[in-house]
Amino acid sequence: MEPGTRECVQGKFEGDGMAIVELRFSALPEHVRTARLVAAAVARRAGVDEAVLDEVRLAVGEACSRAVGLHVLHGVENPVRVALIEEEKKFSIEVGDATPTAAAVQAAAGPEASAPPAGSADDEEAESDMGLAVISGLVDDVEVTADENGGLIRMSWPVTPEPVLP
Amino acid sequence: MDLSLSTRTVGDRTIGEVGGEIDVYTAPKLREQLVELVNDGSYHLVVDMEGVDFLDSTGLGVLVGGLKRVRAHEGSLRLVCNQERILKIFRITGLTKVFPIHGSVDEAVAATD
Repeated sequence: MEPGTRECVQGKFEGDGMAIVELRFSALPEHVRTARLVAAAVARRAGVDEAVLDEVRLAVGEACSRAVGLHVLHGVENPVRVALIEEEKKFSIEVGDATPTAAAVQAAAGPEASAPPAGSADDEEAESDMGLAVISGLVDDVEVTADENGGLIRMSWPVTPEPVLP
Repeated sequence: MDLSLSTRTVGDRTIGEVGGEIDVYTAPKLREQLVELVNDGSYHLVVDMEGVDFLDSTGLGVLVGGLKRVRAHEGSLRLVCNQERILKIFRITGLTKVFPIHGSVDEAVAATD
C-alpha cells in the first residue's frame, strides 16, 4: 500500500422502508473477503434463499475483485463502494468503482494521448472480463453501467415472499 | 480462512491438497506454489480441492495458468472436486471441458487419458 493511503471499512444503516448497508473499502484484495461476508450476512437477513447465498457471495466477490483490480490498474485511490439494499421483494447489491471509462479517459486526455500500455494491463482487463462472465452466468438480474465517475454493477435476487393469505 | 497447500508424491504424480479460500487475495500464493512445483520438475499435477471453501474467477485463472505451464512440458493437471458449489463455477465458465475433474485422488492418480 502507498504510504499515507487511508484504509477504511465503513458501514451504515438507513431507514424509510428500504434498508441499506453500505461499505466503502480501500482497493486492497484482503478486503474483498470482508465484503463477501457482510453481503452474505445481510442477504440472509433480508430473506434471500439459503440455496442462493453461495451465488450472492461469489457474485459480490467477483464484482469487488474486479473493482479492486481496476482501481489498482488505474492508480485510483478512492475506495470501492458496495451498497446492500433490502427492498420489499428483492435484495440488490451495487458495486461501484471509481475508474473512469475508457472513453472518458480518452476524452480527458485529449486526442494526442498515447495508446495505453499493453501487456500486464491487458491481462488485468482480461481477468476482470472473466469476473463479469462469472457474474453474468450466476445472476439473472444484472446490469453493468459506466459513466465519467466510474463503473457500477447492479445485481438483484428475489427474497422469500411473505405467505399470501387467501 | 487463509489458503493452505500441502504436497505429496504418488508415482509420477504430485498431489497438491488445497484448503481454504482461493480468491483475489490468496490466489497469488497458489500461483507461486504451482509455478514452484513446475519449476522443480513436477509436470503431472493433481490438485485436490475437497478442502476448498471458496473459489472465484481469480482462482480459476491460476488453475488455467498452471495447466498452461504443465502442458508446456507435456504434463497434466487434474482436479479432484465433489463440491457442487465449486463445480458450478467450472460449469458456468465452460472449464469442465478444459480440466479433467475426478471424484477422488485415487481416480485422478489412476487416470491416464
